[in-house]
Amino acid sequence: MQNHETGEFLLEKRFSIEGGDFIHAGEVSSAIKKILKDIGIRSEIVRRASIAAYEAEINVVCYARKGEVTFRVTQQCLQLLFKDEGQGIVDIELAMQEGYSTATEAIREMGFGAGMGLSNIKKNVDRLKIDSEVGIGTCVEMIINT
Amino acid sequence: MTLKDVAKLLNAEILVCEDGCDVEVKTAFAADLLSDVLAYAKEGTLLITGITNPQVIRTAEMLELIGILVVRGKTPDVETLKLAQTKSIPLMVTKYIMFESCGKLYQNGMVGCVEFVPNAKS
Repeated sequence: MQNHETGEFLLEKRFSIEGGDFIHAGEVSSAIKKILKDIGIRSEIVRRASIAAYEAEINVVCYARKGEVTFRVTQQCLQLLFKDEGQGIVDIELAMQEGYSTATEAIREMGFGAGMGLSNIKKNVDRLKIDSEVGIGTCVEMIINT
Repeated sequence: MTLKDVAKLLNAEILVCEDGCDVEVKTAFAADLLSDVLAYAKEGTLLITGITNPQVIRTAEMLELIGILVVRGKTPDVETLKLAQTKSIPLMVTKYIMFESCGKLYQNGMVGCVEFVPNAKS
C-alpha cells in the first residue's frame, strides 16, 4: 500500500470503539501502545501517541455511539484516525480551548470532561486535523513524526 | 523514598503489585480530575487521587506512572483491581485525605512532578 504524502505503510491496524463503554475505554489505546513498544518506537514518541490516542478514545466513548480507529505506521510517522458516529462538535475552535466542555455529569464523575482533551491532543501530536458535522460525527486525524 | 516507604508513611494498604513497590519514587501529582492528570503528570510519577474507576489505571498506563495512591479510604472497583493486576501497576489505599497525604509526602522529600502550570491563562 502506498501513500504519496507519507510513504509506504509499514503497518496498518483497525479497531472499533463502543460509545458509552467506560469499562473497556482505553483498550484500543492500550493495544496501540503495545504495538508501538513491540516494534521499537522511541519511548517518548510512544508516550505522546498513547496520550493522544487515549484522549481521542475517551472522546469517542463520551460523545459518540461508536467509532472506528485506523492506526498506521510509516517510515516517517504514526497516523491515528478516529472517526465516530455521534453528536459532533458545534464549534471546533471553541472546543480546542482549554476548559471549554460540553460534558455531562456522568462523564465528569468518571474524572473526565474538564475541557482539556483536544488541547492535550494538540500538545502531543505534530499535526492535528478535526472535521465534524453536528448530529453526524467527528473525524480526528493525528500525525506524530517518528 | 520507595513506594513501600510511601505505604508505611501513610498507613496505606498495598492492594496490587506489592512486589513492584521497592522502586524509588521522587515526584507526585495529586488530582481527582483525570483530564488534568493526562495533561500534566510526568512519567515515573506517583498519582495521588480519589478516582477509583478503571480509567485511573488506563491513565497510569498511558502516562507510565509509577503507581497509584488512592486517598480518603476509597475502595477501588473490582475492574480497577483486575486491570491494575494485568498492567502490573502498584495500587495502594490510605485513609488520609488528599491534603494530609500530600503534606506528609512533601515533608519527607517528595515534590510535585510539575510545580505550577506555566501556560495557564489566569
